[in-house]
Order: sequence, then C-alpha cells, then structure tokens
Amino acid sequence: MDLIFFIVFGGIALISAISVVLQRHPIASALSLVGVMGSIAVLYLQLGAEFLSMAQIIVYAGAVMVLFIFVIMLLNAGAESRRGRSWTAQLLGLPALLAFIALIGFFVQRGFSNVGFVKFGNFTGGSAQGVGMALFTDYLLPFEVTSVLILIAIVGAIVLARKEMD
Amino acid sequence: MPDPSQLINSGVPVSWYLVLSAILFALGVAGFLFRRNIITVFMCIELMLNAVNLSFVTFANQHKQVSGHIFAFFVMVVAAAEAAVGLAIILTVFKNRATLNIDEIDSLKN
Repeated sequence: MDLIFFIVFGGIALISAISVVLQRHPIASALSLVGVMGSIAVLYLQLGAEFLSMAQIIVYAGAVMVLFIFVIMLLNAGAESRRGRSWTAQLLGLPALLAFIALIGFFVQRGFSNVGFVKFGNFTGGSAQGVGMALFTDYLLPFEVTSVLILIAIVGAIVLARKEMD
Repeated sequence: MPDPSQLINSGVPVSWYLVLSAILFALGVAGFLFRRNIITVFMCIELMLNAVNLSFVTFANQHKQVSGHIFAFFVMVVAAAEAAVGLAIILTVFKNRATLNIDEIDSLKN
C-alpha cells in the first residue's frame, strides 16, 4: 500500500518536474510546479510530516505560486524562443544530466540501501504539536531571527517594486 | 534491491525517496542552466529547494527526529522571502529593460 502510494505520487512529481523544465510557456511551467508541490505534500504526509505537508500546500502551492502567476500575468510573459543555444549545451546537456542522476543514485544506493523502510505511521513526531514544541524550545532563536528576515524581505520587496516618486 | 514480498510488507525503502529527491534536484539544475526565461529559471530554483526539503523530511523520518522538519520549515520561510524579493527584482528589471530573456540582461558581463 505504501509502495503504491509512493509510486503514484512520486511518478506525478517526476512527470510534473519534467514538464516544468520542458514547457515553453511560463504559465504551463508554473502550473506543473504546483503539481510537483502538491505531490511532494502527499509524500510528506506519508513520511509523517503532517504540519509540513499543510505548510507546503499553503505556503508553496498557495502563496508563492500565486505570486509567480501574478508576475507572469503582469509582465505578459510569452513563450520563449528556442534559438541562441550553444551546440555544446544541446549536445552534452542530456548526457551530463543523466550522468549526474546516475552518480547520485549509485552513491545513495550504496550508502543508504540498508537503512530501513518508510511506512506510514512509524514516525508520529511531525504533528503541529511536535514541530511547535521543537520550534519554541530548541530552535527559538532561529525562529525569532526568521521574523527579522521576513521583515527585511517585505521592506526590500516594497522598495524594489514601488513607483519612483518625483 | 529488496525482494518484492518484503517490499509489500515493510513499505518503501528510504533510498527511493532520496533518489526521487536527487532526480528532482537534477531536473531543477537542468532547468536553471538551460532555460532562458528569467521567471522559469526562478521556478527551477524553487524546484531545487523542494527536492532538498524532501530529503530533509526523509532523514527526519529515518532518524525519528523532528529537527529535519524544522530545517525544512526554515527553508520554506527563506524560499517565500526569496520569492517576494526575487519577483520584485524581476519586475524592476522588466521595467528598465523590457525583456525577460536572461541572455539580454548581461550588463555585468562586460
């Protein structure tokens, strides 16, 4: 059951990710990216990360992607042209990518092939209570620093995107 | 590779999640390098961050520790802030240059 779940949603994530890279129109890429994030949220649920799963849907699939689509619509971004690519990139791109994946897969299989199995329900510490407990005791300082980071990001975004006042 | 009957009973091997994460990351790198639209390049960065988050959560599950979730949470926060600032930068660049093609935004190159 776990295996079927993983294969279905891992497959959706994989196909959507390929679609993100191959689609020519930014809107199509953005919608494929929503598919990737949704299926990764399901995989989080299977891994016992309930809080992160919901945060993934709300923050990524909700807020960040809406921001992306907003900007794509605002700038009226069209399909990108295929010309202007060096022949080395066209020739070596796909083999290099496959070699990279094969290398990582080889080392992961060698180093982590016997470390155990993921089964739904064998880790229950990822609820909102568990994450909140860790966040507000062991990781309180990083959490507070994060709020400063977000404040800086808000101010930066406003300063960058405002109209010039004369 | 474990035998099939063992897989049905005991669940998904941890390494499969890590391989999925690696493939997603590699696809993100490929998109980052080969795409020409600045917004799509930015989306590929988000794809890479998501792939890394997936392996954080996988290791959290394997070690039965909640710390991995906290790191993934911080990555999410930073990604949200980065998206806001990055898209503001893209807006400004488009306002000044009227292009989204990264080959034409090369003032720092000369």
